[in-house]
Amino acid sequence: MTEWVIEAENLTRRFGAFTAVDAINLKVAAGEIFGFLGANGAGKTTAMRIFCGLLEPSSGRATVAGFDAMTQSEQIKQRIGYMSQKFSLYGKLTVKQNIRFFAGIYGLSRREVKQKTGEIVERLGLTTAADTLVDELPLGWKQRISFAVATVHQPKVVFLDEPTGGVDPIVRRQFWDMIFEASSRGVTVFVTTHYMDEAEYCDRVSIMVDGAVAAMGKPAELCAEYGVASVEEVFVALARKATRHGD
Amino acid sequence: MATEAPLAVARGVSGLSMFAAFVLKEAKHVLRDRRSLLILLGLPIVMMTLFGFALSNEVKNTNFVVLDRAPDASTLGLTGRISESNYFTFAGRVQSEAEINDRFRRGDARLAVVFPADFEHDLRHLGHAQIRLVADASDPNTASTVSNYAAAIVAQYQAELAEGSVGPGAIAVETRMLYNPQLKSSYMFVPGVMTLILMLLGAMMTSVSIVREKERGTMEVLLVSPMNPLILIIGKAVPYLVLCLIDVLIILLLSYGLLDLPGGANLPLLIAESLLFILTTLTLGLVISNLVQQQQTAMFVSLVGLLMPSLVFSGFMFPIENMPLPLRVISHLVPTRWFYLIASNVMIKHLGFAAVIQPTLILAGMTLVLLFIAWRTFKQRL
Amino acid sequence: MSAVVVDGLGKAYPRASSKALTDVSFAVDRGEIFGLIGPDGAGKTTLIRILTTLLLADQGTASVLGHDVVRDFRAIRALVGYMPGRFSLYQDLSVAENLAFFATVFGTTVEANYHLVADIYSQLEPFKTRLAGKLSGGMKQKLALCCALIHAPKVLFLDEPTTGVDPVSRKDFWGMLGRLREGGITILVSTPYMDEAARCDRIALVQKGQIIALDSLAGLVESHATETYAVSGERLFPILNDLRAYAGTRYCFAFGREHHLVLKPDAGGPEAALAYLRGLGHQTASIRAIRPNVEDVFIDLIHEQGQ
Repeated sequence: MTEWVIEAENLTRRFGAFTAVDAINLKVAAGEIFGFLGANGAGKTTAMRIFCGLLEPSSGRATVAGFDAMTQSEQIKQRIGYMSQKFSLYGKLTVKQNIRFFAGIYGLSRREVKQKTGEIVERLGLTTAADTLVDELPLGWKQRISFAVATVHQPKVVFLDEPTGGVDPIVRRQFWDMIFEASSRGVTVFVTTHYMDEAEYCDRVSIMVDGAVAAMGKPAELCAEYGVASVEEVFVALARKATRHGD
Repeated sequence: MATEAPLAVARGVSGLSMFAAFVLKEAKHVLRDRRSLLILLGLPIVMMTLFGFALSNEVKNTNFVVLDRAPDASTLGLTGRISESNYFTFAGRVQSEAEINDRFRRGDARLAVVFPADFEHDLRHLGHAQIRLVADASDPNTASTVSNYAAAIVAQYQAELAEGSVGPGAIAVETRMLYNPQLKSSYMFVPGVMTLILMLLGAMMTSVSIVREKERGTMEVLLVSPMNPLILIIGKAVPYLVLCLIDVLIILLLSYGLLDLPGGANLPLLIAESLLFILTTLTLGLVISNLVQQQQTAMFVSLVGLLMPSLVFSGFMFPIENMPLPLRVISHLVPTRWFYLIASNVMIKHLGFAAVIQPTLILAGMTLVLLFIAWRTFKQRL
Repeated sequence: MSAVVVDGLGKAYPRASSKALTDVSFAVDRGEIFGLIGPDGAGKTTLIRILTTLLLADQGTASVLGHDVVRDFRAIRALVGYMPGRFSLYQDLSVAENLAFFATVFGTTVEANYHLVADIYSQLEPFKTRLAGKLSGGMKQKLALCCALIHAPKVLFLDEPTTGVDPVSRKDFWGMLGRLREGGITILVSTPYMDEAARCDRIALVQKGQIIALDSLAGLVESHATETYAVSGERLFPILNDLRAYAGTRYCFAFGREHHLVLKPDAGGPEAALAYLRGLGHQTASIRAIRPNVEDVFIDLIHEQGQ
């Protein structure tokens, strides 16, 4: 039987009269790379915040790693990793200090912290830069360190909010190599992106329009269903129908 | 190589309407930001109330104890007189000097009146007598105020005794309170509070509002426009000038309406001097905004860099005459010192322009120097 | 005559370990869309700020419409439109108030030049009383473009106008730029999105403060026509790792549902690579020659530099 790591049933979130997330249903399986797509203002960020235990749903149900987003947000927070473009590392700390700090926050023991720090530094090929201030590193390295930090406590699922903005094509792909690698270790990856070629890397994608899930499935199946060659074309076709323009 | 002539300015929009648009925009920012509006208009009210009532050095209902080795009509009469006054509350008798110490330590009395055993005898037969006032000087300011008040009451009592011919002329204690005959000190704070408020708001609000444009990136767009930066600077200053003037009016209303500041001050002079000082603080704000890049820094510099020296060196909290020479020299460079001098001369002492010409000229000179610095440090680029 | 001429520009920031710009030279023709394409930190913003007279270069010269960026900065400021990288309008003013304010600052009125922005502004009109801070990313960007256009600039500088904006809004935005170009405006635009290169007349690929290639998209692809192969198959991630381990591989990167593979000249061609994959059990793997796209070119250039 499939183990579902994220489940949403009629998940809804209203802000006053505005329904940001409108009765969405989705399931993400363990180890899956799930692409969460949508135009600006379609409701992605709100839905993601609910899954991360940062916002309560107005109605409907969401479970993440087996815990209810409404009542057990603290348990959820211990079992997920989160990384966004804005969530950055401490620039005035070194690479090692950052990893140690976040590992400590996630409650790893002193011995585990030490072992993990060495492991990450080695895996990222940062041995020579381990004692460099994060501020002095290129953006691509920071992103990879952020990802490593977000998964340092071996979460069931890691949420990535536009993780690859603004880097060159090679660095962007190196980042995805890390995602593939984490997924092969069984980590579930829930990712938003504006790069449509990255949508193709996902096992499955959903496309949100006006707060609802307008399409969901494997990239190849979606393309076949809409009779087009790429997820981008599916996206454009759906997002054109959007009626709302607020954030 | 041929060049393209700039023609934007020749399209019929004058610098004046640019300026008007700028002031209008600035006014909208202020009116739409509830928080800054609250600070701008609420701060003078809060500060005036705080200083006027809570923080005033007026002493009310101070507990006092009496050490009276031989109670008699005179000592009882004097004790009664002291406890009748608004300033003191009788807190019992003590039997020894040690007990006074004890009461002070527990904090339930701040003054002790000690009568010698032969008080009545001395007063009647020698024509003078001694009493001792012991004050808890762990807070020296309050201690001196408290003992002054008590001494004044004693002197008054003695004068009454003399009038009733109970005994030959008793000694009057000379306590004269200049400019504050009722010993009511609430409104003494008005010039100081006004100085601080104008310094803080004028400098902080202007610098923060300019630096906000840098931080949000709108400054970039404004710089890459044909607009003269002078319009930007003056356009920024005008709304805050108006707001600071409103604050001056609020302060004056509160002073006369609530704190019973005696009338008789030359108000047009006071407002004109305030205007000059507001200009000084606005230019200070401009200088700050030219030198820093973040709103937080601007706020920090205004608070720590301006408010602290203003508090210390204006003469409002700490008398400048008592400072060591180097600090006294520094205080000459602090604009608040001069405005505080002007404001207290005009508001409290009711002096005219002739008496404040010197500080006025100094303040005007400072403003010009600051304006020059602001102009020289304004960056045409990032 | 060129609209923008850049000659040997160099710029270093104090305390930075590497130079922001090193010996950058190029010229932008009148009426073309010129794209500066490269990752964050490549020097695109520095370059645009020098051209919009906001920064001074350490070395070299630059001119816009014949005006020197240092000496004649006032003349340039009256002639160009500029949209900085981050959203730089007043969040607490409404859509209409922002436009009116910027029109006045640039010495004109909305009425006088409405025809210039009518195409874009008409989409914003239903929301004109909304505060700019409450608009969605795509709408903010349209408003910023209107504000940069309202004074009829001859040259438009756009610094990463589409960063963080969804694909649909990006498509719309480029449609607008195309129509503006037909109206004769010269546009210099920077972007980190490689796929937007296809919308530019010419592009400069920027990496680490240098221009590593400059041409039309077709020209770039032509001159870097390395033999590129697309590999697809069932288990893509293992295939990628196996291809990277292959002795004949120069480099291999994921491109959507395929991998793009560039082989060493002596590697025995695609047949040998396919045989290698089949030998490792990737029975469904297939391989075909493709025409490289701009990302392939960029990867190739960076790879060359890395060697």
